[in-house]
Amino acid sequence: MGVLTRNLDLFVNHFANTLKLFAVSGIASLLLGIFLAMLRVSPVPVFRGVGTLYVTVVRNTPLTLVFVFFVFAYPYLEIIKFEFFTAAVVALTLYTSAFVCEVVRSGINTVPIGQAEASRALGLTFTQMLGSIVLPQALRSVVPPMVSTFIALLKNTTVAAGFSVREAGAIRDALSELGEDTLTGMLWVAAIFVLLVMPLTYLQRVLEKRWSVAR
Amino acid sequence: MSSTVLFDVPGPRARIRYRAYAVVGVVAIAALLAYVVWRFVDTGQFEGRKWSWFEYKQIQISLVEALGRTLSAFAVGAVLALLFGAVFAAARLSDHKWVSTPAAVVVELFRAIPLVIMMFFFYYGLPSTGIKLTAFTSVVLSLMLYNGSVLAEVFRAGINSLPKGQSEAAYALGMRKTQVMVLVLLPQALRAMLPTIISQLVVLLKDTALGFLITFEELLYWGRQIGGQLQFGRPLIPTMIVVASIYIGLCLLLTWFANYLEKRNRRNKKVIHLDEDKAKQIQLGEASTAAPAGGAAL
Repeated sequence: MGVLTRNLDLFVNHFANTLKLFAVSGIASLLLGIFLAMLRVSPVPVFRGVGTLYVTVVRNTPLTLVFVFFVFAYPYLEIIKFEFFTAAVVALTLYTSAFVCEVVRSGINTVPIGQAEASRALGLTFTQMLGSIVLPQALRSVVPPMVSTFIALLKNTTVAAGFSVREAGAIRDALSELGEDTLTGMLWVAAIFVLLVMPLTYLQRVLEKRWSVAR
Repeated sequence: MSSTVLFDVPGPRARIRYRAYAVVGVVAIAALLAYVVWRFVDTGQFEGRKWSWFEYKQIQISLVEALGRTLSAFAVGAVLALLFGAVFAAARLSDHKWVSTPAAVVVELFRAIPLVIMMFFFYYGLPSTGIKLTAFTSVVLSLMLYNGSVLAEVFRAGINSLPKGQSEAAYALGMRKTQVMVLVLLPQALRAMLPTIISQLVVLLKDTALGFLITFEELLYWGRQIGGQLQFGRPLIPTMIVVASIYIGLCLLLTWFANYLEKRNRRNKKVIHLDEDKAKQIQLGEASTAAPAGGAAL
């Protein structure tokens, strides 16, 4: 207990950074992921190809490699300089968006074709069909796995600890500099993560039960 | 075109419009690619000097060694995770509360703790208690605990999703609990779950790269080391390209294997086709890195 109470500031600061990293890259990867999903369901083959290529490449690359690239290798290309935090956001966003894309895409694909055909037969325009027929149905099968993707993102933010971002994973480093007991400190970090993840897991289970569509 | 629900079969006008979009898209992508390639050329990434490290025998050998360490961490981690998963899935499915409750707590706990924290704990935390682990052991142990917990849930979901009639019929024939599990439920569940299990192994393979953070000298670490050498003009980008292609190649190989198994399953009449969604969700949730085994993804 002592390690936590003595260094409460440190814990709060680092976890605040974790949450900031989570929020910023969460929103960014949601936007990029939805855009990628649009590419992947578009009627233009070139767009579909690009979306598929992106998802295939990114999903088979380790996140650590994406981090190493953006933190250490990218500066050699001399494009725009990133701070460590920004580099971490970029890496997490590029990585997570591929998974968001897949969740959205498979959600849209769960809507039976008959639904869209029926709405076209009723004379709905594309926007009407999307807004009042397809998306409301797709949303129900998208949200629970999306929550899972975000749980994974929350845990993945710890990778940034190896790349000079002062977030929860870096608490160990800071504690060992202060000469504190890192073992206990890390047990606390793990416990806080469990506390952060549990409500999300619970939310996902509830949504899954309540929103499952009987088809 | 039937791959999505959103669009009708295009008529003549829509076809022209799609073609126009395609042209715009190709131009935009070509422009982006050209910019990236220009940045690479401009900063000299394709110069011979930055790739000359490839000609040194010693570096080639070290690459193979690093790849070997990645693969051995993967192999040992995979075997241990499968064992851990099997044991804890069995424990969670037990009828005795005193067995199933602790197992459930362990599985839920290790799925919620980030892998990086676990690795730090084993590598940097434990020495203060006198237990010193090598980087390899720390990586393998963390991979076992985390992926094993995910696999335990996958196994459990697989067994739970079998039709109830299977176990009822087995009990009616007078089999004991262990017999029902080993002879009837497990073979069917394993076959149905195999693609999901393999795509979890893809996650495990990717997660070996986290060993980089605790200075485990695997493939990524190798890339960073060679990439920092001044005599080749710090060829970090070339080495990263090489390392990334190796990782992507290995993962695609495993994914391809999962898809192959799935296709074979589909032809096989012996396999009961289950609703795999549940298992996939578990996987997706905890790893997110999982390529859903459906193969729809790739």
